[in-house]
Amino acid sequence: MSRPPRDRWGLALIAAAAALLPLAVLAAFFYAPRELSMGDVQRIFYFHVPSAWVGFFGFFVTFLASIAYLVRGERRWDIIAASSAEVGLTFITAAVVTGSLWARPVWGTYWTWEPRLTISAVQLLVYVAYVMLRSAADNPAQTARFSAVYGIVAFVTVPLSWFAIRWWRTIHPDVLTGGDSSGLEPRMVQTLMFCLLTFTVLYFAILRQRVRLEAARDRLAALRESEDLNLG
Amino acid sequence: MSFTAKVWAIVRKDLAAELHTREIVSAMLVFAVLALLIFSFALDLQGRSAVAATPGVLWATIAFAGTLGLSRSMAREQSGGCLDGLLLAPVDRSAVFFGKALGNLIFIGIVELVLVPLSVILFDAPLLKPGVLLVLALGTIGYAAAGTLLAAVAVNTRAREVLLPVLLLPLVVPALIAAVKATSWLMDGGPLGEASGWVNLLIVYDLAMVAVSMLTFDYAVSE
Repeated sequence: MSRPPRDRWGLALIAAAAALLPLAVLAAFFYAPRELSMGDVQRIFYFHVPSAWVGFFGFFVTFLASIAYLVRGERRWDIIAASSAEVGLTFITAAVVTGSLWARPVWGTYWTWEPRLTISAVQLLVYVAYVMLRSAADNPAQTARFSAVYGIVAFVTVPLSWFAIRWWRTIHPDVLTGGDSSGLEPRMVQTLMFCLLTFTVLYFAILRQRVRLEAARDRLAALRESEDLNLG
Repeated sequence: MSFTAKVWAIVRKDLAAELHTREIVSAMLVFAVLALLIFSFALDLQGRSAVAATPGVLWATIAFAGTLGLSRSMAREQSGGCLDGLLLAPVDRSAVFFGKALGNLIFIGIVELVLVPLSVILFDAPLLKPGVLLVLALGTIGYAAAGTLLAAVAVNTRAREVLLPVLLLPLVVPALIAAVKATSWLMDGGPLGEASGWVNLLIVYDLAMVAVSMLTFDYAVSE
């Protein structure tokens, strides 16, 4: 078996993420103006919102890849679904943690049952269940099939959870769509957009590596199998 | 044999097995009564606070007790190769899904028939109203649909019954929120029209869960 070819796209994504991340940090701390009422604490927002975005985007990719797997039955879709769920899980965890850290000085409590924070926590649990399901199945084909079913049904509940939780409680500052009172400074919007871009690139860079890792595991398993056959 | 006849044959099989063993409904029932007791001790439910807490206590009890029945109903199919027999039968997989889901719905419904009057007696909550019963039915349909699909997945894994609540409960969050909110509103005498947002959400949840489960059930059971 030959060496896998050098991963140009993967290296390019890592290079792009490595270039963008320091700029995003600089923008969040120095370019974006200090928020008047919340002060410097508000700067966590530039990492919190992109983390949540990447989390949900990752789950959406898992949903699409799960459908593709059930339709096509190709292993690569299963790898993408599993990898994206894991990356999404990491980022949604970051979103929940940064949200709590921000809530403490601003709302005076680490945890409130605020809709976006709540749905992030619910989705965190959903995809923890997804990862547990993958580790509990008996064989690779079963793992792929079951987790594809779960990846689909889980994502279908996202909009429903969203409406349910939103009607249930709402105190989140509606910074992006809200009225004039919560309007953002242009520099804040620019910083946020830049951070969203950076985190999205970072998502694809990590996803690519995670997918390659899984493919490498498959090759290793295939090699071991042929080795065993040769020895036997 | 028409589609409904096939579904009904599977439901009848489940009911006959249950009449013979009585293990699913009895286990769920005893668990549910225990859960009500534990909730009333844990939350010190008396007087006004008991009435206010009843919708939440009732739905939490149904959600937890339901997982017992869902697991058992699927595990019974798996032991002795009954599931293989069902799948070999010349019926559509969606008929198998509807049959199993309907059976589960009936089992959970029987538990609710005891649970609701018991909550009325224990907590003095005015649950016996048409609107509340409608919400109860709608919430249970979505729960049974999602639960049947995920029980089929869980029973084939190494973790078995342990995995079902972990998979199912986060997915029933929207139905639970809607059901609890609608139940407390209707219980307090609110008009059905003003709870329509929650009722509609339950209907959408039911339709989505039935549709997705019907489409994916084949992949959850086939070897």
